[in-house]
Amino acid sequence: MDLQTLWFIIIAFLFINFFVLEGFDFGVGILLPFMSRDDRERRTVINTIGPFWDGNEMWLISTAGAMFAVFPKWYATLFSGFYLPLLLMLVALIFRGVAFEFRSKHDNPVWRNFWDWSIFGGSAVPAMLWGFAIANFIRGVPIDASMNSTGGLLNLLNPYALLCGITSLLIFSLHGAIFLTLKTTGNLHEKAMSFSKKLWAPATILCVIFMAYTVTETDLYRRLGINPGIVPVFSVLALVSVIFMLQKKASGWAFTMTTIAIAFSTITIFMGLYPRLLVSSLNPAWSLTIYNSSSSDYSLGIMSIVALICIPLILIYQGWSYWVFRQRVTSDSELEY
Amino acid sequence: MDILFLARSQFAFTSIFHFFFIPLTLGLSIFTAILETAYVKTGKEKYKHLTKFWGTLFLINFAVGVVTGIVMEFQLGMNWSAYSRFVGDIVGVPLAIETLIAFFIESTFIGVWVFGWNKLPKALHAASIWIVALGSTFSAFWILVANSFMQSPVGYKMAANGSQAELVDFFALIFNPSLWKQFPHVLAGGVVTAGFLVIAISSWHLRRETNERNAFETSLKFGAIYAFIGTILVLLAGHAQMQNLLTTQPMKVAAAEALWESENPASFSLFTIGDEKGLKDVFSLRVPGMLSFLAYNAFEGEVKGIKNLQKEYAAQYGPGNYIPSIVTAYWSFRFMVGAGTLMLLVSLFALYKVIKDNYTFSPLTGALLFWSLLLPWIANSSGWILSEMGRQPWIVFGLLKTENGVTPASVVSSGELMFSLAVFMVIYAALAATDLFLLKKYASAGIDKAE
Repeated sequence: MDLQTLWFIIIAFLFINFFVLEGFDFGVGILLPFMSRDDRERRTVINTIGPFWDGNEMWLISTAGAMFAVFPKWYATLFSGFYLPLLLMLVALIFRGVAFEFRSKHDNPVWRNFWDWSIFGGSAVPAMLWGFAIANFIRGVPIDASMNSTGGLLNLLNPYALLCGITSLLIFSLHGAIFLTLKTTGNLHEKAMSFSKKLWAPATILCVIFMAYTVTETDLYRRLGINPGIVPVFSVLALVSVIFMLQKKASGWAFTMTTIAIAFSTITIFMGLYPRLLVSSLNPAWSLTIYNSSSSDYSLGIMSIVALICIPLILIYQGWSYWVFRQRVTSDSELEY
Repeated sequence: MDILFLARSQFAFTSIFHFFFIPLTLGLSIFTAILETAYVKTGKEKYKHLTKFWGTLFLINFAVGVVTGIVMEFQLGMNWSAYSRFVGDIVGVPLAIETLIAFFIESTFIGVWVFGWNKLPKALHAASIWIVALGSTFSAFWILVANSFMQSPVGYKMAANGSQAELVDFFALIFNPSLWKQFPHVLAGGVVTAGFLVIAISSWHLRRETNERNAFETSLKFGAIYAFIGTILVLLAGHAQMQNLLTTQPMKVAAAEALWESENPASFSLFTIGDEKGLKDVFSLRVPGMLSFLAYNAFEGEVKGIKNLQKEYAAQYGPGNYIPSIVTAYWSFRFMVGAGTLMLLVSLFALYKVIKDNYTFSPLTGALLFWSLLLPWIANSSGWILSEMGRQPWIVFGLLKTENGVTPASVVSSGELMFSLAVFMVIYAALAATDLFLLKKYASAGIDKAE
């Protein structure tokens, strides 16, 4: 295996961690205004992700950083070509990030309500935009011979990408709702359970429609072959199975299944992309690949050493922090946010 | 409008704003960690109260630093795609390491610290804020590895087709002499920024009737020592940095001094009104030999002038204008050094009060100590303006001009740029106002509120 392929796998891994981890805190943020009108209960909801959301977001930040170091041309083409969607995402992440810190530091209903809706918008927008972006990766954007993506916003706004955006929004909401069933008690727990059940059907149906739509919009299935293998099949099966676990009140298993669904569908997309990074809709030869976009072997080597030391350590200490805060947040927990 | 101008304006605006928060994050994380360590060692509740008080201000500030930092990371690709392609092989490496080492420990352990007061043993809880402080310091280090490369490229070769610079020696990158002048300067700048904020707010409380007198006296004591140490270090590191610039970027020094012709011994400008087009003085008050002394620690030695350097660069890099904005370089340097000098005086005064164990302040000295909190911000911002504007026309010195680094207009139009710049201005203004509102609320409320 060459270093480019190794890094393709590492970046897919970073994306998976981002979607799985930040996915549930996006979901919690999206559900926040609908979970309760009571301030104490809303604070409880926020505090379920309080110790984690910032660390989770770093999987996104490090994905972008790794793209820059390892596939600088991908980073350059993607970030400039998706200018307005990324601007929107930055605005969302700005509001969301300060909202957690600011919200409960001032005791005024208007102020708190404003930051609650900021958490909602700041979670919903990126949850949707990442689905939207990933669909465009594989569907293709107008990349010219000099690696510039000149399409602008209109080229990114296509039904396929929009459908994927709504699908990812629903899947992350479901993922977050199930997380809340694991971290809350009483009234909030029941609310979260009911949201999980309600969200399951639309999320699953849209996911299936999206996969069918993928046949006409992309070359993903042609590349994966008639028998696409267990990965995409498992991602759908995992999602379908969620409702049975919810009915058995096995939230832990349901959360495991949404995790598998998110991870496996991300793997499916990356398998369909390989060895490409960003498909050119103008000419297949102009697609960005792990070879024409990569840094020198020297830089890849340095980055490989760093990543192979750091990522396991991150998983260990982040795992430890999840263990420290493993208890449910209840009505008599001390709330920080 | 010109996309280069817009992209530069947006980068300048967002990075200057971002850097309002970063030095304080650096300095206040270490300061909070010191206070919590004192709590663990002595068991005195006073230190716990102070840890929470300064910790709360730290968190309010930290949040804005984090979210404006994401903008910086994304913006390189969004607005500077040609630069990213050209230099990603090198600059991307420290930035990626920054995310993998610094950001992760910072953001994971900040969660542990905020939520872990009653869940962790005391020592482990104090360790978590030290880890956050360490993360902030690592973050400063790795981003400066990238910046130092842009100031003074080392450890690279040009690709065979000239399309990009490639890393050949990672260790040259992290032992870049520019880095080891810049990093201590920035780190000490963070200590000073926090030190002056602590002095300002502590003395403000001490001028009022408060039942938290004892705690704020301790706070002022710690703050005065912290600010004094920081000021001495920032001055020494700054001096070393300026001397290093004479070999790496003599043009920046010449512009900062409005030194038109090479001089030996070179004079230091106290006040110059210059004719930037004609490259000559309109009026100038100079101290003979002083610049040579600052440069070489001796009253002789040549310092190259702007006109001579322009000729040298034109011969080396081809025809073109290699002179940065002299007005900007000259005045940003003076603001930085002026603020630094005042900081030295104020921190000496605060230290004197602390040594005398005298915590009463007249309205005048009280106001002086309070408003001095602005000095580090003036110095930090003008220092970076000098550093970045003084490097122009280069984005990577000697390798890539700024005008060749910008995302082409066919990808990001001037309309899109105007829109994004307007969006950032509106949001950042609101963010600054909100942040100040909360900082003021929690700083003036005192220790009870932070509990």
